[in-house]
Amino acid sequence: MAPLFRLRTLAAGTKQDQDFSPARFIALSEPLLKDPAPADELAEAERAPRRKRKPVGWSMIFIGVLVAISATLVYRRDGIGGVLDILTHDLALFGGILPRVLAGCLLGAFIAEILPHEKVSRSLGPTSGLKGLLIGTAFGAILPGGPFTAYPVAAALLTVGADFGATIAMVVSWTLIGYGRAVAWELPILGTDFTMWRAIISLPIPVLAGALGRFVYVRMYPKGGPS
Amino acid sequence: MTMSALIIDFTLWGSVLVLGFIAFQRGRVVVISAAREGAMDFIHIVPRIALGVIGSGYIAAVIPPEVITGWLGPDSGWLGVLTAVIAGAATPGGPVVGFSIGAVALKVGGGPPQVIAYVIAWALFAFQRLILWEIPFMPARFVWFRAAVSLPFPFLAAALAMAIGKP
Repeated sequence: MAPLFRLRTLAAGTKQDQDFSPARFIALSEPLLKDPAPADELAEAERAPRRKRKPVGWSMIFIGVLVAISATLVYRRDGIGGVLDILTHDLALFGGILPRVLAGCLLGAFIAEILPHEKVSRSLGPTSGLKGLLIGTAFGAILPGGPFTAYPVAAALLTVGADFGATIAMVVSWTLIGYGRAVAWELPILGTDFTMWRAIISLPIPVLAGALGRFVYVRMYPKGGPS
Repeated sequence: MTMSALIIDFTLWGSVLVLGFIAFQRGRVVVISAAREGAMDFIHIVPRIALGVIGSGYIAAVIPPEVITGWLGPDSGWLGVLTAVIAGAATPGGPVVGFSIGAVALKVGGGPPQVIAYVIAWALFAFQRLILWEIPFMPARFVWFRAAVSLPFPFLAAALAMAIGKP
């Protein structure tokens, strides 16, 4: 009886009454975590956005100004040829990266969709302890791809209930002990010996950074922090 | 290089397909709404990435690598570690630039602990990457928090490198 009651309140609150079907009652045995999936024809705007998308902020303006100044300096030094050289090179780079950025965004969206909120907050949330930091570290170390995957996936983890500490462990682990960048760039440029020792020395850092993050976070936001 | 790029693309799209399939098993609607969400993220992020990737070439061109290599200098103790950390944070451009500067610094006599500190500082909080890559994808509050929390670790790594005498 009790779960039935819960459903009615929820359905009323989310204006999803039309979704009211016997099938929903079965789904109720699981905790209700997100809105019932909207019907196809429901407008995107009808749903509460899961992640707020940022408007152009000061950081974009800052970097835009920096780029403009740098481009002007290159123009005064090397002329229009120098400017075009860099432009064509970077456009090619950008074109190559674009499909991977799309893949990363899709990866993040799927992860946010299929990872159960409750389970993530239990194993990666504020009370997940050392185990949560270790899971974050392992996840960052095996994550394929580059920044175009690591950052969307980290954002997805944050939205489904991971805390700052575990997400820090994941991002730091990806950047320091993830194999992608080390194999593709560091090994050929800096050599095996250096890369190996650098990675070994880095091993404890993700967990330590995550732990420090938690330590600072609970003191900065003793009431759980702004969401 | 093309081989590793191929492997990256393969694992990346493979993961997308696997997760997409898992989402599909939860229902067609689930996979469609997730894909739409991802596509919207993508559309939203492309201009920022464009500015970053296309613009970083100009920034790297006006801060020549020699300047940063000069900061790293020959073996110089903890002061050298500190300059290495600042140099790592200030290094513009992608992994080629960062690692190449490290390699040059090793060749011209920079101490390994200093170069370790440089590479780790660059990996953890290169300023340009924070702004161009991390801020567009993640909440800004998280990005700055993570960078601040990461500050001690290049020093810790240098200390470890000094202690074990490697590499």
